[in-house]
Amino acid sequence: MSGKKRKVVVLPCSGIGKTLGTVGREIAYELIEDLRPGVTTTTCLPLLMIEDPDAKKLVTDNPVITIDGCPFGCARKSAESIGVTVSKGYRAIDFCRVHKDLKPEGISELNEAGKKLVVLAAKEVAEEVDRLLAEEKS
Amino acid sequence: MDIKVLKVGIVSCSGEALPEGTVSRVACRKVLDELRPGQTVTICLPLFIAGGKEEREFANKFPTVTVDGCEKMCAAKSTERLSGKPARSLMIRDILKKHDIAGLKQCRGLGPAEKIASDAVAEEVAKAVDEVLE
Ligand code: SF4
Ligand code: SF4
Repeated sequence: MSGKKRKVVVLPCSGIGKTLGTVGREIAYELIEDLRPGVTTTTCLPLLMIEDPDAKKLVTDNPVITIDGCPFGCARKSAESIGVTVSKGYRAIDFCRVHKDLKPEGISELNEAGKKLVVLAAKEVAEEVDRLLAEEKS
Repeated sequence: MDIKVLKVGIVSCSGEALPEGTVSRVACRKVLDELRPGQTVTICLPLFIAGGKEEREFANKFPTVTVDGCEKMCAAKSTERLSGKPARSLMIRDILKKHDIAGLKQCRGLGPAEKIASDAVAEEVAKAVDEVLE
């Protein structure tokens, strides 16, 4: 095993056309900045679309979690299109189905229900981050 | 015969790792929702990879303005490669330099500097839309 400590790369789709894209983006920030700082990171997803070497290396050398807004699965497909194996793919729409009482609205900024949904979803994704990091150690 | 352009496509890079990516996203939404509603449409950038023929036709169907956060120009390059040549390509760092705006720090949400930047970028995108529509 290489000596360099690996981080989990969280890639949201950030879709600008749908509220669900914002939900995915905010879940990623909640994880990286608040719930699991230091052990998670991200890169600009569009860098994978232009096959940027540094971004490609990051997602090749570390476990990757994608968070898509809707069933199009853009983040997952963008990663897979350059040969990356996604450790776990989430969809914001599935979190909405579980938490039916929290209806997210807004794209530039989420409403209160959307913000609550983000926190709940991020906690679930954080457990997967922990699992992936534990796998690394074993 | 002149064909009148009715709508302009806006493609934002929406980069996650730089404050300029968030500024791009918020500024483009402002143009779509407040400054030029009815004259603009958008598409999620990564749909050029994940979507089908219809999504890839976007830049052929609408003259397109791409808005990128930094010199990597991800939206402009991806749009050109996967859909069609943009009518205009804007880069936020150029716009910020022109308006003497500095000090962008946060990726999540907008602080005071990011808010000023978003408003300035939105005005420039709206101007580019008008030029394309002329
Ligand atoms: S997964 Fe859905 S919301 Fe996200 S970028 Fe693709 S189309 Fe947009
Ligand atoms: S243009 Fe810059 S800010 Fe935008 S996605 Fe690419 S690297 Fe990120």
